This record gives sequence, C-alpha cells and structure tokens, in this order.
Amino acid sequence: MKLDINMKQLLSAVDVPAQWVGLREVYEAHTPRMIRDGVPVANGRAFTHGIMVEVLVNGQFGYYGTPNMTSEGIASAAKKAYQQAEIASHHANHQFDESARPSHIGSYASPFTKDRESLSAGNLNDILLEAYNHLKVSNKIVSASSLCQVIESSFRFVSSNGSDINQEFLMFEFDLSATAADGTNQQTRTFGGMRGTCKQMGMEYFDKYEILANANRIGEQAIELLTADDCPTGEMDAVIAPDQMMLQIHESIGHALEVDRILGDERNYAGWSFVKLEDFGKLQYGSKLMNITFDPTLESEFASYAYDDGGLKASKEHLIKDGLLVRGLGGQESQIRSGLNGVANFRASNWNRAPIDRMANINLEPGNSSFDDLISQVEYGVYMESNKSWSIDDYRNKFQFGCEYGKLIENGKMTKTVKNPNYRGISNPFWRSLKGVGNVDTFGIYGTPNCGKGEPNQVIRVGHASPTCLFENIQVFGGV
Amino acid sequence: MEQIFNQLSESLFSELNNGENLILSFDGEKSQFIRFNHAKVRQTGLVDDADLGLKFISNNRSVHGGFTVSGNFDIDIARGKSEIIRMRLEAQEIPEDPFVVFPKNAGSSHEIKLANSLPFENAIDALLPAMSGMDFVGIWANGNMFRGNANNLGQKHWFETESFSLDYSLVTPEHQMVKGSFAGNDWNQGEYESYVKRSRGKLSLMERKPVKIDTGKYRTWFESAAVSDFLGMFSWNGISEASLRQGCSGFGRMRHDDIRLSPKFSVIEDFSPGFCPKFNSNGEVSTEKLSLIENGELKNTLVSSRSAKEYGVESNNAESGEYLRSPYMASGNLNQNNVIGEIGKGLYLSNIHYLNWSDNAGGRITGLTRYACFWVENGEIVAPIETMRFDDSFYNFFGERLLEVEDKSSVNPEVETYGGRSLGATTCPGILVDDFSLTL
Repeated sequence: MKLDINMKQLLSAVDVPAQWVGLREVYEAHTPRMIRDGVPVANGRAFTHGIMVEVLVNGQFGYYGTPNMTSEGIASAAKKAYQQAEIASHHANHQFDESARPSHIGSYASPFTKDRESLSAGNLNDILLEAYNHLKVSNKIVSASSLCQVIESSFRFVSSNGSDINQEFLMFEFDLSATAADGTNQQTRTFGGMRGTCKQMGMEYFDKYEILANANRIGEQAIELLTADDCPTGEMDAVIAPDQMMLQIHESIGHALEVDRILGDERNYAGWSFVKLEDFGKLQYGSKLMNITFDPTLESEFASYAYDDGGLKASKEHLIKDGLLVRGLGGQESQIRSGLNGVANFRASNWNRAPIDRMANINLEPGNSSFDDLISQVEYGVYMESNKSWSIDDYRNKFQFGCEYGKLIENGKMTKTVKNPNYRGISNPFWRSLKGVGNVDTFGIYGTPNCGKGEPNQVIRVGHASPTCLFENIQVFGGV
Repeated sequence: MEQIFNQLSESLFSELNNGENLILSFDGEKSQFIRFNHAKVRQTGLVDDADLGLKFISNNRSVHGGFTVSGNFDIDIARGKSEIIRMRLEAQEIPEDPFVVFPKNAGSSHEIKLANSLPFENAIDALLPAMSGMDFVGIWANGNMFRGNANNLGQKHWFETESFSLDYSLVTPEHQMVKGSFAGNDWNQGEYESYVKRSRGKLSLMERKPVKIDTGKYRTWFESAAVSDFLGMFSWNGISEASLRQGCSGFGRMRHDDIRLSPKFSVIEDFSPGFCPKFNSNGEVSTEKLSLIENGELKNTLVSSRSAKEYGVESNNAESGEYLRSPYMASGNLNQNNVIGEIGKGLYLSNIHYLNWSDNAGGRITGLTRYACFWVENGEIVAPIETMRFDDSFYNFFGERLLEVEDKSSVNPEVETYGGRSLGATTCPGILVDDFSLTL
C-alpha cells in the first residue's frame, strides 16, 4: 500500500531561510521467497517509505529523514534540518553552494515485460521447490536452497532550484545453492557466488527449464567438489570467470576510486585509498588491456539509472582507459571538493540516509580473446568461478579472494576439478598482470546487493559486468 | 513510540480470524548523526524511523509483512490491515511449513533506560574542542532506540534506551591512525575529554616511522577490540545450530571430531548487562547466561525455535539468524602492564580489519592489521608496522597456540548503523598467541 505523495505541495510547505531545499521520497518494497531443504523458509513482503528533507544553510547541508509525509511533518523536519545545518556551518568541512545540487527534470523506468504480480507467490514457490529438488542430486547434499527476492523501488526528487526527477525500478536477486558434505569435508556451490545473480528486469527472467538445468548442474558440481583435490599452491596463471571478476573489480578498483574515500571521509570505517588525487590522468592502473567504465546505461544491470540521488544526470564514462586512470567515482559534491572530473554516483541506501559516493555499474569492457584462447595461453594454472570469500585492506591494496569451483589448466587445456581455489595479490601489480581479456561471448553481468560503506552505515546495490580474464604469475593456494 | 506500538498491536490483533496468529515486532529510533572529517563537520542530520514487522501464521503457513510506521494512526492502521489481508491470501497459496514456530504467552517484560544525554544542539560544541589540532574523522550517533514485540496471545515486550557513541580515528600526518570508541548512556564531558586524551597519547607512538615486516609466523598480542572482531565471526557460519546442520559452519570439527580449543578459552552469551533486549523477534526470552564454549569445549550452539523443531533439539531462544547478541569471553591472568614483556619479540595488534572465512571448514580466517599495530622487540615497542594480511585458523589461535588471556575484559559496544542503530556489545579480554600467520 503506497501513499500518493504530492511532493511539490510538500516542498511549498517548507518555510526556512535556506539557500536550497530538496525533498527525496523513497518507497521500496522487498518480496523474498525461499525454499530450503524442501520447505518454505521465507515468504513475505515489507516496504519502507519516507522522505529525506535536505537544506543548505551557510554552505552546510543538513538533513532530516522522516516517515511523516504530511505538510506539517515536512515543515517541521525542514526546521530541524535547518537548525542542524546552521550549527554545523560554523565548523563546515566544505562550504557548498547551490551548484552542489544541479537542476534536472527527467524520469527513468527499469526495462521489463512482466511485473512482479505476473508470477504469483504460489507459482514462484512451485518453481523454487522444483529447483530445490533438482539441486538435491544426492543424499550427500546436506542442504540446498533456492531463493528469489523482488525489489520494487520508487524515487522522486524535487528541489527549490527546479529539479523534478522520477525513477521507478524493478529488480531481483536470485540464487541456487547446494552444500555437499562428507564429515567435515563440506563444499558449497551457488549460482554466481554470494547472491551475484541480481538484475534489473522483470519476471520474464524466470524460465523454469533454464533454472532447473542450472540447479542440476550446481548440485552435481557440489558433489564433484567433495572428491576433488585441493587447489595447488604456488605462483601460476589464473583464469577468472565473470562471477569472480565482479568482486575483483568491486574491491580493487571500485572502492579505490571513490573520491570521498580519497578525500578521507571513510578513514574511520571503510578506509582510505592507495589512489591519490594527483594520480588521475597519470597512474597506469593496469595493463593496456584494461578498460573500466562507469556505465549506468547497460540494460538489465543491477544499478542502472538516469540520475543520482543529488539530481546529477548519469552517463557512461571511462574510469580507466587502456590501463590509465582517467576519472574518479565522485558525485557533484566530491567533484567540487576535489576539482576532479567525476560521475553521477552520489547515492543513498534509502530515505533515512544522506547520499555519498558509491559505485553503480562498474564494468570491465570486453576484449578480443575467446575463452579457448585464454585457456590455451596457460601452461600451468587454475580457472576459478564464483566468489565465496573476499577481503582487502583499508587502502584497497592487499586483497585475498576464495572461489567455489576451480579447474586445473595444464598445457593449454582444462583438466581436473579442484576445490578451495584461492588467490591473493596487491591491486596495481595484479591489474598490471592482466594478460588476456575475453570477448563478448565470455561477458557476464552480475552485481551485489550488499555493498557496505558510510557513516551512518549504508548498504547499496551495485552492478559489475566483465568478461573472463587471464592474469599471469598470481599467488594461488588451496584449503587447510 | 510505545503508545503507537500498543495502539497498533491492539487494533491489528482484533483483525484476526479464528486459527490465525500474529507476532508483531517494532524497531525504531530517533537519532542524530554527525559525520566528521579533518575535525570538521562533513554531514549532519536527524533520522526518525520505525518499522513494524508482522509474522502471520495460519494453516501451518507463515508469511511476513512489514511497513514504515509514519506516526499517523490512520495511515499506519490502514497499512497494517492491508498487510494482514495480503498475508492471509498468500498463506493460501504457499506450501505448508512443517517447522513453523507458533507464538506463546510466556510472560511480558518492560524495560526503559532513561539517560542524561547530550542535547542534539550541543553536540558539536561538546565534541570538537577536545579534538583541537587533531586530524579527527568519525561518526557521532545519539538518541533513543526502541524495540517491541507482541503477539495475539497477550505477550508483550518493550525495550527503550537512550545512548550515544562517538566512533573515531585520529590520524598522523604520515597517515598512521589510532581508533577510539566512546559510548554510553549518560553523557559526562570530563570522561569524554579524558578518553580523547588517552587516544592522543597512543597517537604519539604512531609518529615513529613504520616498519615493514616479512610474512611468517609471529608471537602476537591482540587487544580486546581485535578479539571482539574474531568472536564476531562466530555469528557468521559459526556457532549456529542451523549452520552446523547445513554443512556451512566452521565449528564442524568441534561437533563432529570432538576437537577442543584451549582450556583458557570460554565464551558465554550474557544478557545480564542489558546491552540489548533479552527477547528476540519471535518474542522469546533468552536465559540470562548461556555457556557456549567452556574451557575449550563446545557446550552449546545457538538454537532458534525453528532449528529446534527442524532438527529435534532444544531451543535456547536464539534469534532466528542464530547470531551472538551479547557475547562475553572469560578473562585470564595476563595483566596489561606485562603484555609487551610477554610478547618479547613479535606483534602488538590493536585492531584488525575486513575478516572473512578463507576456509570455513578448517576454521581459517583471513583479514588485515589496522590502526595501532606495532613491532615489539626485546620487550619494547619498536615502531608501527605497515599493513599486513593474516590467514590463520581459530582452531590455532583460540586453540593450542593461545598462550595467555588478559586479566580484564573490555566492553566493545556495537556501533553499526546499517538500516538503523544497532544494540549490543561484545565483552572480551585481549589474548597472546604464538605462531600467528601473516601471509601478505
């Protein structure tokens, strides 16, 4: 049950002597369904609905997040936000003006052909239950689950300088998971790693037969891993699939290029960055095969949109071109503070949080190599799929990743399956070891619903698309 | 807030038909947030937020709902009634759940902690002078938090507290950092200024040129904050009964192979300090103290009522996610004054960062050093270290390689604010460990 809110009327109810006023309404409903071990464990729907009132006073922004969306509620919220901003303005980190919130009028809607209600709770439970049955290929599958969470989100932004933006999103997260165990030997296989399969599209995605085929494969691969040898340890080549590349991009490029991090805002929480303001236009981030884009236009990718939460219009931009760092992930505030070119990435997790610099869709553009070309270049190495473990330092340098499923590569051919494939490295040297980039046939679109950052903390959706890639001389290792 | 919750509860329970059950959970806050960078205000604002969660049970089906509480009764009751209608219809479509947890009336509770807090309008003037001349970055959170639970059988719980936290870092010109977290209920300006003064004192040690150390195994001291982060991993594919049964717990070797940790290692879930409510989202109340690991032996896992039904074991009224809410680790014999001497040659780590299971079945955890971490030689601090990655198993560092446990436990308050401000704290001592593995 979504209330219809007259945002322009609410804006006119604000009566404070601010330089600028903005109202950002967010309505978001989550509808999760999950079958685990043959029984339903989640069925429901919950929504959040409120308005962030933001005012600019003496160059300092102040905000008040409120669920009271009446004229009186918004007027009161604006007064309290004004008081916060006025007091803080005497100690402002930066003095902004109205240019920090550019004026735009426009709209966006997720592309889809079937809305949420086209697939009933009963029908979706039936598909998920059947998927569970296909995951449980053996009694050694000790637990299996199938889940889908549909997300419907509406965003409306109006401001005293004329912005009027309306964006409507339909998205989902989908996963299949099978855990095989034999004593304390336990292996889990999923559909794209930690909820990596998340897209901005409708229920047309849910092709039952494709889902069941994938469920069967995942169950069988979990069993296969139980008897597989551990991943070898040593310095060797690694061929990395898109559903792991997405987290490699996220952790060692995306976060490192967030300009608010570089400016130090995140030093107490998510951390700083090895990238410095003076590195833009100069730092050879990786090999010449490396082309990284901020792309809010890629259809079906999780974090596509037309405007960010500060009202800036979004467009596709290169962040790294031919390996050279050319642009940062900084919204309008960060661009003003740093003097750097940026992108429209000033985003908030909800109506109760202020926007900060976030990733959206950060992608590695396809190259020219076929999958077979990449494998054939490897004398001895490991092919890795699907993230299961991730960690990186507060400067975004020393990372370590673990994957679910590996294949040994010997003399240019994939041979046996290996379990617990892990690798570690340091961001710049790692990206400079990029030796091969797969073509569009190897390209996969993934994302994550759980990117955490900010104080107060915010979790946000991001998309990452990448081809399969080959890296040379990487530190690879297995389990205990 | 309590009145709003009571009114909504009463009205929504009256909407139920025979054979239907409803559990309501309330989660709200009225908070101030001020974000600082370079000892200036980066962002500031207030948030009023409250959500009502609904768990509807009918015909052995369970459906949940939830909505933002606006504070306007007419809007909120309309939202609630609409949710009940939707859940009632959905319960006719979905498969039966043989392990559905029904509500009970096991008694109600009411706990309100009023505090002498710092008025919102005074926060900046109270906080910033003590940070004068420092590169200070962090987050101030202040205000009321509300938790409620009620069911149609008449059980009702209410928990309300007022608290503050300043979670911060002080940074040297060479980018070395010290962490501080000043939290409580009653604001005391003198205590705050003394706390910051101690942080400033630690920062002076960071002015020495950092040393780069090699990968390898080191005798290592972890301060309480670092131990708290390790214990936090037990809440994620760790001490949960469901995780063990589903083959994704690092505790499998303790359960299946009777592997034991060090006799010096004991952990309980302890609700007695009142850091968070004793009731969970089903309205079930935990015992005040639950032994989990006693002298290295796994005594109990966290068991929710659902896991109890599914796996035929007894519930200890854990939250449905079976995570730790108020863990307490027993102290030992090592006095803080003797720590550097006991290290002799090795590492002193105040904080660790970005932990993850690198081999869950083997109990192996990877992460990084962060903040005030030092190289120690000849029983003296030599210098801060450059950031290092570690990768080691808790079966080692809480097991046979656990040398000593500090004689005092410290409270590490929960300061996360994802979605809303969190409640709870981890109380634990520091530990001295042998042969801890640094890998990068």
